[in-house]
Amino acid sequence: MSGDLWRAAGRSLRTHPGAIIAFCFIVALVAMALIGPWFSPNDFETLDWSHVATEPGMAHSHWLGTDRLGRDLFVRTLEGARHSLAVGLVASAVSLSFGLSYGAVAGYVGGRTDHMMMRIIEILSGLPLIFFVIFLTVIFGRSEYLLFLSIGAVGWLTMARIVRGQTLSVRQQEFIEAAVASGASTARIIFKHVVPNVIGPVIVYATLTVPQIILFESFLSFLGLGIQEPHASLGTLIAEGAGEMEAAPWILLVPGVFLAVLLLSLNIFGDGLRDAFDAKER
Amino acid sequence: MMQGSANDTKERRIMTPTLRIENLQVTYALAGGTLAAVRDVTLAVASRECLGIVGESGSGKTQIFMAAMGLLAKNAQASGSVRFDGREILGLAPKILNRIRGSELTMIFQDPMSSLTPHLKIGVQLAEVLVSHRDLSWGAARRAALQVLERVRVPEPQRRLQQYPHELSGGMRQRVMIGMSLLCAPKLVIADEPTSALDVTVQAQIVDLLRALRLELEMAIVLISHDLGVVAGLADRIVVMYAGRVVENARASELLRRARHPYTALLLKCVPNMADARLDRMPCVPGQAPSPAVSERGCAFAPRCPRATEYCKAERPPLRDVHDSAQVACHYPLFP
Repeated sequence: MSGDLWRAAGRSLRTHPGAIIAFCFIVALVAMALIGPWFSPNDFETLDWSHVATEPGMAHSHWLGTDRLGRDLFVRTLEGARHSLAVGLVASAVSLSFGLSYGAVAGYVGGRTDHMMMRIIEILSGLPLIFFVIFLTVIFGRSEYLLFLSIGAVGWLTMARIVRGQTLSVRQQEFIEAAVASGASTARIIFKHVVPNVIGPVIVYATLTVPQIILFESFLSFLGLGIQEPHASLGTLIAEGAGEMEAAPWILLVPGVFLAVLLLSLNIFGDGLRDAFDAKER
Repeated sequence: MMQGSANDTKERRIMTPTLRIENLQVTYALAGGTLAAVRDVTLAVASRECLGIVGESGSGKTQIFMAAMGLLAKNAQASGSVRFDGREILGLAPKILNRIRGSELTMIFQDPMSSLTPHLKIGVQLAEVLVSHRDLSWGAARRAALQVLERVRVPEPQRRLQQYPHELSGGMRQRVMIGMSLLCAPKLVIADEPTSALDVTVQAQIVDLLRALRLELEMAIVLISHDLGVVAGLADRIVVMYAGRVVENARASELLRRARHPYTALLLKCVPNMADARLDRMPCVPGQAPSPAVSERGCAFAPRCPRATEYCKAERPPLRDVHDSAQVACHYPLFP
């Protein structure tokens, strides 16, 4: 897309107050996750026996309270957020690039190749992912890499479908024929002429994939299939908190609210982004 | 190499037509049946010649060259022979064809706005051709792109390289396309209705540009147009197409003065002349060209021809050589 289209989308986005607020929240949460722990005298794994399951307060150094083992929730939540965000972003990037390439090639090449590639996607879509992940965990044991792999597997399928659809319409356009006539190789045409033209919906979907992936990672961790102790992710923290809901609700609320706000902001921002690009297409 | 054989090769090169099409047929497979877009076309473009191809929409004039460039749709079948510089290129694998098209054999399309990739800068699109075909570095390719923009008389070429297609006017975009087709010093440039999408004044400029470039560079041009006026200004030789076949092929000077085929004569009458007295009605060729889906019986032009006889409707006239290096497909041509 030309620079113009980006600028126009940017302008349109700026008039969307919800998206701007959401964006600010995202920036704030990410910033907190990155530098927040510096401000606290505690770290995420030290057990403070004198402050077991204490309520949040300013009197002591544990501003957001501690969990059942005396670990500071403020730092732990931010540590968990860092993990969740890292996994979310990396897995999104991987599924984006793979889904993009897969969909673009299928859409451009067409014919039997496309047919086969789409059948593969349909088969994979039909697989119950959780069972698949559990199965892999049983075979390969728990590891960070397995986590990335299984989470990356979530996003790319729909991305490939979206890109393929967009590619099919772009392929008909005359400048593609002109590019073929000028002797450009298929690879060059797909990646330099087709892909930049389909990137609008891709960006939007990617923004909406990140929260989906973070949620999935939280779910896996909640089930005990993801991040291992003493490291935390928002999912593991929520799992712990769920057990302490009656006696010490803040153990659940702190990571829960953080996750909810993060996901909500990402979704609202993604919506705004989609509207911004749509308006220009019209 | 021996002196003798070197001369032979040189002579052969002059004698070998740049493009030779023999018995080309292009048929489309559709749900309802087949459609013959091109029915048995034989023609040649000599080295450095400008060949004009004239015909109505649906006459098959563009499809011939889509077949030559390997740009036919997936449901199209081409048979026959297309030789470029002596090499058979019909049915060639895309990878090999890609080395020829865009460098030695290039094409200019009708609508420059939709032929240029909208999200890439002009400079990038031009340089890309050289980087793929001549293996130049991007820096060298950009310098060559600048030179070619100057050659096609684009004002402020340095600035234009940094702009996007939609920031240029129609005429300038077409100049860019022409420039792109010249980058690798092609032997043949196929111009498919290069002026149809432009204003009349801009059309004249583009025709002038093409004329000037022909003198400067040693290349052959195929000019496809439904506009006889544009073709008359540039072509050395004109081929008239009707219903997927060649009906007349003659030197431009001959054809414009003494058309042999009744269809050509009627076409020439359709071009209004400023010098003529005011007309009540625009002259036109009555009726419609037959649909490519309909199978032929007799001469395809017979239903509209003022000179048609029963024989014309029964027997299809073959394309015959007549003197003056011309060809005509008619039982009763206007001139022998």
